[in-house]
Amino acid sequence: MDWLFFFEVSLAGLGFGALYALTGVAFVVIYKATRVINLAMGEMLMFGAYLFFGFAAGFMLPVWLAIVLALAGGALLGLTLERLVIRPLLGENPISVFMVTIGLASVLVGLVEIIWTAAPRSLPGFLPDDPIFIGDAFVAPKTFWSFIIAGVVIAVFLVLFRFWRGGVALRATASDQGAAYAMGINVPAVYSLSWGLAGMLAAGAGLLLGSIAGISSEMGFFGLTVLVVVIVGGLDSVLGALVAGLLIGWIESLAGVYLGGEYEHLVTFIILMVVLLLRPWGLFGTREIERL
Amino acid sequence: MRIGSPKETYAADESLFRTRTQWVWFGILLLSLVLYPFMANLYWLYLVCLICINIISATGLNILTGYTGQVSLGQAAFMGVGAYTVAWLDNNASTPFIMNLLAAGAVTTVVGIIAGLPSLRVKGLYLAIATIAASFILQFIFINWESVTRGTRGINIEPPTLFGVEFDNPDTFYWLVVPVTVVMLILAANLFRTRVGRAFIAIRDRDISASVLGINLPLYKLMSFAIASFYAGIAGGFYAYFYGSINPESFPLLLSIFFLAAIIVGGLGTILGSILGAVFMTLTPELLRYGVDVLEPFVHDASALLSPVRTMVFGLLIVGFLLFEPHGLAEIWRRIRRFFHLWPFRN
Repeated sequence: MDWLFFFEVSLAGLGFGALYALTGVAFVVIYKATRVINLAMGEMLMFGAYLFFGFAAGFMLPVWLAIVLALAGGALLGLTLERLVIRPLLGENPISVFMVTIGLASVLVGLVEIIWTAAPRSLPGFLPDDPIFIGDAFVAPKTFWSFIIAGVVIAVFLVLFRFWRGGVALRATASDQGAAYAMGINVPAVYSLSWGLAGMLAAGAGLLLGSIAGISSEMGFFGLTVLVVVIVGGLDSVLGALVAGLLIGWIESLAGVYLGGEYEHLVTFIILMVVLLLRPWGLFGTREIERL
Repeated sequence: MRIGSPKETYAADESLFRTRTQWVWFGILLLSLVLYPFMANLYWLYLVCLICINIISATGLNILTGYTGQVSLGQAAFMGVGAYTVAWLDNNASTPFIMNLLAAGAVTTVVGIIAGLPSLRVKGLYLAIATIAASFILQFIFINWESVTRGTRGINIEPPTLFGVEFDNPDTFYWLVVPVTVVMLILAANLFRTRVGRAFIAIRDRDISASVLGINLPLYKLMSFAIASFYAGIAGGFYAYFYGSINPESFPLLLSIFFLAAIIVGGLGTILGSILGAVFMTLTPELLRYGVDVLEPFVHDASALLSPVRTMVFGLLIVGFLLFEPHGLAEIWRRIRRFFHLWPFRN
């Protein structure tokens, strides 16, 4: 066995895994605050990437401004969806909300295809592309930099959750809405905050993913793998999303190289099945107790 | 206003059609189904055949999701299993088509039970996600089990023949698919007058209470999966015969979402809902196509907009119905009926 090759493949997988982790964190933030499993996450990510494409390639804005606008647009999308569609369904059967997010995903795909057509495109480059070596192993520069950026962003968010007032409010709401409300936390504002933050994270992940793999209206498929990631990690665990993101990225990359490209997603979904059968609450999730 | 419908037995009170008026309407419906092919052109017959296939599959999904409360996003993949069974039998064994269809139903039932196994362990959203996984695994099998499915090249299927009649285009196929659809709908409606159907409803309303009442949860959940996938298998078999060729692309996850949308739009947990939903969702794209034809002279490249607009309209229908009319078209229908039942008293 060629260990150097194995190492390189693993690094590439971890690089991709960081994007899973980043999107997974967005997923978990929404789930923790509003108990919604958001199947439109992949499409929100796609929308962010297309916004960047529109600003940078369509309006010819400078790259940094396009990035800022795309992130703001992603946040705005999250806020809008929460306010218009998710809030009115508050307290409804979780399955209805789940199906509404499937509908939203479809709407976003349609919207993107109407505005930008279904043809795949490549994003204007904004990551450095000097080759990177770790020891003897080569890492694709875009993968390397997106790993670093994703890592920094996740670290910043972890600090925000821990120390920032809004982050504390978010965690309080996640653990007990009623108690949080009684302590003067504006719970509806926390709902908005969580969707806004998640929208922004998703847009950021979309930028990074788009710069590595290009953008297309089928990019939302990424969201399904992220769904696997958060289920494996535990729906309400940020740590779980990080660990499972890297793990799934790594396994997918190994499966893709050693078994063949078509096995990539098969392996992910088999992992999902196994986790659902053995440990449905995930590696780090809270086990739900059903009360009558 | 409805008057004069006394019942002397419980059986009469629970029967499918309770009044003579309902029987008359049912007769009129059957009669119009018989007369329809003599009045419609090929295009409209094609649409009705397609609607019937979708009704069968949507009814199956409604039994599973609407009545038993087990959300499934695997209905299209199950249809694929049925279609591939028919295709394989058609190409490798010269069995009559009725046998092929029944075999499609049987094979899909087995696959459905296997895919339903996670329902013993997880429920609700987790189950929905497990069925997404099952649908991807089936998709993988369709693409990579080359010796049976011929991979991405797809398989061609000869049209079925019975008593020397070849059902190779919509005007003959109509006589095959419509009666089967009617029978399967009646079977589905009758299911909910039996212990099994009521057990399904009890599981949907509260699974723990149902099990306290002595309903064997694993057994009935798997039974619901089995029935739903049997319907999907029959629908898939018809699909294969109707189009004459299938490939893995024929049964994407999007089609499962289509069926889910159909039963949401039609009305979860009603047989009428499956019918209305399947009709509505099959006709909507046709209506959009008509709209695009109208716009063609005015809008640049209108036909390129068709597919994205369709995707978006599907999404908007799901969101809109869940937000504003969660009980679907069936509820609107009930409202209309109630208006006539209460007519002179309430207006």
